[in-house]
Amino acid sequence: MKKQKKNSLCKEFTKGIIKQNPVLRLVLGTCATLAVTTSFVNGLGMGLAVIVVLVCSNVVISLLRKAIPNKVRIPAYVIVIAAFVTIVQMIVKAYVPVLDEALGIFLPLIVVNCIILGRAEAFAGKNPVLASALDGLGMGVGFTAALCTMGLFRELVGSGTILSGIQSLLSIFGDNVFGGFNGIDLYEVFPWLEKLSLQPITLFILPSGGFFTFGVLMAITNRLAEGKGEKKAELPDCAACPMASACRMKPEEQHKEGTA
Amino acid sequence: MKFYIALLLMGLLTQNFILSKFLGICPFLGVSKKLNTAAGMSAAVIFVMLLSTAVCYPINLFLENHDLAYLQTIVFILVIAALVQFLETVMKKYMKALYQALGIYLPLITTNCAVLGVVILNVDNGYNFPQSMVNSLAAGLGFGLAMILFAGVRGRLENNDIPKFMEGLPVTLVAAALVSLSFLGFSGIIEGMGLL
Repeated sequence: MKKQKKNSLCKEFTKGIIKQNPVLRLVLGTCATLAVTTSFVNGLGMGLAVIVVLVCSNVVISLLRKAIPNKVRIPAYVIVIAAFVTIVQMIVKAYVPVLDEALGIFLPLIVVNCIILGRAEAFAGKNPVLASALDGLGMGVGFTAALCTMGLFRELVGSGTILSGIQSLLSIFGDNVFGGFNGIDLYEVFPWLEKLSLQPITLFILPSGGFFTFGVLMAITNRLAEGKGEKKAELPDCAACPMASACRMKPEEQHKEGTA
Repeated sequence: MKFYIALLLMGLLTQNFILSKFLGICPFLGVSKKLNTAAGMSAAVIFVMLLSTAVCYPINLFLENHDLAYLQTIVFILVIAALVQFLETVMKKYMKALYQALGIYLPLITTNCAVLGVVILNVDNGYNFPQSMVNSLAAGLGFGLAMILFAGVRGRLENNDIPKFMEGLPVTLVAAALVSLSFLGFSGIIEGMGLL
C-alpha cells in the first residue's frame, strides 16, 4: 500500500518531464519559450524562476483548495501566483540583475504564463499538498529542459557560443565558481572557422529563428511521440485551458460556425 | 508629433507585438484559423488594451507616489481581470450587438500576456498618458495586423500537401517564422525617416 503511494507520487513528478512536457507536448507557455531562448543562460534563468513560482503557488493553492469557493477560484489563484511572481522578481533584481535585464518584461509576465494557472486549475486545486508540489516541480523541470534545449541550439547556431554568460547565474554561489568559467566561444576555440568564413546564422537569435526552431523541435517530438504510440502535440484544447469554465467558444459551437 | 508617428510605426511594423516581441502567441496560434475570428479577437484586444492602459495609468501614479511600485504586477493583473469581467457584464446588458461580436473573446483576454505586457511596457518606458495611449493603440493594431495576415497564410497552408510530421502546429510555426522574417525587412524604417 505504502509502496503504491510512493510510486504514484514519483509518477506525478516524472510525468511533466517527458510524457506531458508542458512546452512540447501540452503546448503551454509558448510566449516565454519563444522570447527568452536566445541563449542557454536566459532559458535556464527563466526556467528556474518558473520552477520557484510553480512549486510555491501549487503548494499554497493546494493548501487553500478547500477554503477557496469554486466561483472565485480563478481570481484567487491569480492573486497567489502574482504574489510569488513579485517575490521572484525582487530576488532576481537584487541578486542577478543581468538576468533581470535579459528577461525584461517576461519576468513579471510569468503571472499570465498558462503553465502556472493551468496546473493550478488542473491539478493543485484538486490534489493534496505533496502531490501538487511534485507535480509543480516536474512540470517546472520539463519546462526548463525544453527551454534549455532551445536556448542551447539557438545560441550555438545564432551566435557561435555555448553557455555564454553562465557566470552571471553561477555568481549566486560566490565569485569565480568553476574557475570563472563563462561559456565557450567557438570562434576563439576553433580559429579556422573564421578562415573558412563560417559566420554564425544571426537569424536564429532573431524572433523569426525562434518560431522556426520551435516548429522543428515540435516536429521532432511529434515523430518521437508517434514511435511511442502517443498522439501528436496539438494546441491546447478547451480541457487544458484554465479559462474553459468562463469561455463560450466551445468546440461544438466553433464547429457549427464552420458549417453554417 | 514625430514621436507619436514613431510609436505607431514601431507597434505596427518594427516592434510588432506578436512577430518580434512574442506577446500574445496563444491567440495568434489558436484563433487565427479563420479571418472573421482573427478580426474579432483583434478588435477585442485593441479595445481592452486601450481601456486597461487608461485605467492603469492613474493607478500606477498612485502606487508610485506612495512607494508601492513593487505591487505593480499584482495590482495590474487584478485591475485588468476585474475590468474585463465588468466590461463583459455591461456589454451583455446594454450593448447586445457589440457583445455578440466581441463578447466571446473577452474572458480569454484576461490571461493574455499582450494586454498585461503593454501596460507594463508603458510603465517601464516611462511614457506619459497620451504616449501610453498611442503606444497601446499601436500595439493593438500591430497585433491585429499580424493576426489578419497570418489568417490568410493559414488559409493557404490548409490546401497544401505537408510532410506528415510537420502537419498541424510545426508547419504553422514555420510559417510564422517566415511572416516574422518578412517583417524584419521594416527594421530601420523609423531611423530612416528621421523620426527618432
